[in-house]
Amino acid sequence: MLQDTAEVVEGFEIPPFSREANLHAFNRYAAVNDEFVDIHMDDEAGRAAGYPGAFGMGNLTFAWMHCLLRDWLGDDGRIVRINCQFRGPALRGDTVTCRGTVTRVYDEDGAQMADLDVWSENQHGEKTTPATATVTFARSGG
Amino acid sequence: MPDSLITQDMRSILGKTLETVVSYPVSASDIRKWATAVYYPDLPPAQYCDEEYAATTRQGGIVAPDEFNPFAWGARSRELAVPREGLDDGPTKPEERAGVSPPATSHTLNGGLEYEFSDVPVRPGDVITSTSAIVEYKEREGRLGLMLFTTIETRYVNQRDELVRAQRMTLIRY
Repeated sequence: MLQDTAEVVEGFEIPPFSREANLHAFNRYAAVNDEFVDIHMDDEAGRAAGYPGAFGMGNLTFAWMHCLLRDWLGDDGRIVRINCQFRGPALRGDTVTCRGTVTRVYDEDGAQMADLDVWSENQHGEKTTPATATVTFARSGG
Repeated sequence: MPDSLITQDMRSILGKTLETVVSYPVSASDIRKWATAVYYPDLPPAQYCDEEYAATTRQGGIVAPDEFNPFAWGARSRELAVPREGLDDGPTKPEERAGVSPPATSHTLNGGLEYEFSDVPVRPGDVITSTSAIVEYKEREGRLGLMLFTTIETRYVNQRDELVRAQRMTLIRY
């Protein structure tokens, strides 16, 4: 979690957030988002859609990106904006790692802000969901 | 191959409300379960499930994770801009919700999402109202032929009419 805001400079890499893309994760998410779609539950349906098997919801990967940012920011910061593009699936069995790099640090109306490049990648290092985010946080010692 | 998938009817509904949906009151348990699912297998942060801890935070109580969906498992009311026979709560093409014919495409992909948050979180007891509208059509020639990019903007406000978040979803149709 963000302790020393002086470390937040352009190029800073925030701690990654990794999850296994598996039916436990998909089913839990389906249960809270009421998102029961065959391609997320059944390998055969995933194959029929042209993938090697079942794959995770884009919404779940997007939620993990929010977790990535919140785990870093802690309870005193917040996400202002996040924007992602779904380019590739989180296949069942993949390890999805969400990462972020600070691209800009600035003040806006007296608030400390940062822009980040965010993405999810699989265990092969393929970026599946590129994203950008803007966050605000309290300056430490301030 | 048509020159354009965007019809005059489709242009006529740009910016018009497609539907208004009112949530059931959000419960602390809805929030805890959402946080449990998205942080699994880790335990969810105390901000989302520990009343005592949450009272000590900037938020002064339990709040929902930013991306929480208050409309899962049904809504208290759902009003289409143009009521139509035979349209249930299930997935329908956005144009149909406004009473016009959808584009002549056969595939739909979720191209991306943008969430913009105000500093007003969702809290237990909140009733959220969402309104959505198609705000943009764009098209371009792609690998699979003419592709239509449709941006649907949805705004969530709480029972005090405070904006909670604005979200934009891009549908890719071809």
